[in-house]
Amino acid sequence: MRAINIKPSRPLAVFLTVLPFVLVFIAYAIGSDIRLTANPSDKLLPAPSTIWDTAVRLTTEGDRRSGRILFWHDTWASLKRLALGIGISASLGLVIGLMIGLLPLARSFLAQFVAVLSMIPPLALLPILFIVFGLGELSKVVLIVIGTLPFIIRDLSQRTIEVPQELLVKAQTLGASSWVITLRVALPQVMPRLIQAVRLSLGPAWLFLIAAEAIAADLGLGYRIFLVRRYLAMDVILTYVIWITILAFLMDWTLRAMSRKLFPWAEEGL
Amino acid sequence: MSFVTVTDVFQSYGRRPIIEQVNVSVDEGEFISIVGASGCGKSTFLRLLLAQENPTRGEVRIAGAPPAVEPGLDRGVVFQRYSVFPHMTVRENVVAGESLRRPWGRFFGADLKAARTRADETLARCGLDHVADQYPATLSGGMQQRLAIGQALAAKPRILLLDEPFGALDPGTRLAMHDFLRDLRAETGMTVFMVTHDLEEAFKLGDRVLVFDKPRWDPQDPSLNGATITYDFDARDGGIPFQTLKEDTHVLQDNG
Ligand SMILES: Nc1ncnc2c1ncn2[C@@H]1O[C@H](COP(=O)(O)OP(=O)(O)OP(=O)(O)O)[C@@H](O)[C@H]1O
Ligand SMILES: [Mg+2]
Repeated sequence: MRAINIKPSRPLAVFLTVLPFVLVFIAYAIGSDIRLTANPSDKLLPAPSTIWDTAVRLTTEGDRRSGRILFWHDTWASLKRLALGIGISASLGLVIGLMIGLLPLARSFLAQFVAVLSMIPPLALLPILFIVFGLGELSKVVLIVIGTLPFIIRDLSQRTIEVPQELLVKAQTLGASSWVITLRVALPQVMPRLIQAVRLSLGPAWLFLIAAEAIAADLGLGYRIFLVRRYLAMDVILTYVIWITILAFLMDWTLRAMSRKLFPWAEEGL
Repeated sequence: MSFVTVTDVFQSYGRRPIIEQVNVSVDEGEFISIVGASGCGKSTFLRLLLAQENPTRGEVRIAGAPPAVEPGLDRGVVFQRYSVFPHMTVRENVVAGESLRRPWGRFFGADLKAARTRADETLARCGLDHVADQYPATLSGGMQQRLAIGQALAAKPRILLLDEPFGALDPGTRLAMHDFLRDLRAETGMTVFMVTHDLEEAFKLGDRVLVFDKPRWDPQDPSLNGATITYDFDARDGGIPFQTLKEDTHVLQDNG
């Protein structure tokens, strides 16, 4: 039988899905164990049990000075920046993408400009943002917007252009104005794609968020990781990294579920 | 008084002529079948009638009005594919036939209710009432085309343009669609233009059959010349109207 035709049964599929996670965990546990038996005060690979204890301590015990549980404050601060940045990118990207896709005038005016803009490495702009917008929230949000917006615009304008010409002509024969065509034909057709684009942008968005927080912040997941790096607190760093991964995964999963629920007519992707 | 008048229409893409010197006039309520070789410009001609494109020369007038520059409510269309909105349910698609002309593209309140009732009548007429709440992707090809026709008719156009509407259907479904289209036409008295590759279909449904072909053929460069209407058959009564007329006259003379 050809390899492309061999499909796993349900239990096997579940087993295969879980397997890499288990393997990585075992590999880490073994590595950590080897180092710790050689040197009990080794900080590089803390034992899984130590990480667990740290995680419990971080999420339940307040800070010695302020009494606040910094873990949740960090999470909240980072999520706020991320949501704001991605939210602005998605809204602007949708509007500009639809305009470029539907209006030949806007296409001539903006398409090449956006293509050039998207070539600017956003991190190179970070110093400028700090100078212009200060070290506060604004510069971090703007960095996320700058980092994700060009991709969303290009993706959505491409998708809008791909809406079959037949549908646009059909809508015109039913008396639809440009506005109604945008609202009732193009917008619903690109909405699933917008969610897809946001999902793909989440990775870069986290990257820009953590970079900005690492350089200038007094709260946030990225700030904390780079702060405790000085004390080689691997257990704290790993807890935060795992937490960020879980958050990112949950966002991705939620967006996918939302897309399936809201747009049942769209074909399913990954 | 002719309803659709096509005067001296030329269309070329770049420097390549596709159709040249097309002249035809059509009365209100006529069913025009259009046949011709693949790539000779039938769909192009339909796009000109639809005003999706404007001709390089000549003009298309409907009911004496100035030539349209973009598609509008007076001309409905059904394409071979992508003719219904995939993100709307079957019923919403038919409602859209009436509602897209509104400022927000929607009906609200009592209007919406009334439009839904009318849509359900249309759907029953098209034999689609049992799938009203499904999305078009779940329908068969024949059902989708019936929906597309139902949607186009909901807008009450004066002219219906069909581009190979039954091209992808099996022969049985095709026959059913013929009956469906004939009934609708008898009811509405619409003017219809239908492009088809099926000669039998063209003569069965049409009052006239227009044949597109290249009148001149350059063996060095076949794309040098465009196509035009080379034959304009009277297709009523299976293409034998004059025989019938003579027989009738003969019978009358006998009696007299
Ligand atoms: N937008 C366009 N730009 C350039 N050439 C075009 C365009 N649209 C159509 N053509 C060309 O015009 C010619 C006629 O195309 P058209 O689609 O009208 O043919 P058709 O008679 O409908 O063919 P078929 O029976 O295969 O549908 C083709 O050679 C095609 O390549
Ligand atoms: Mg064609």
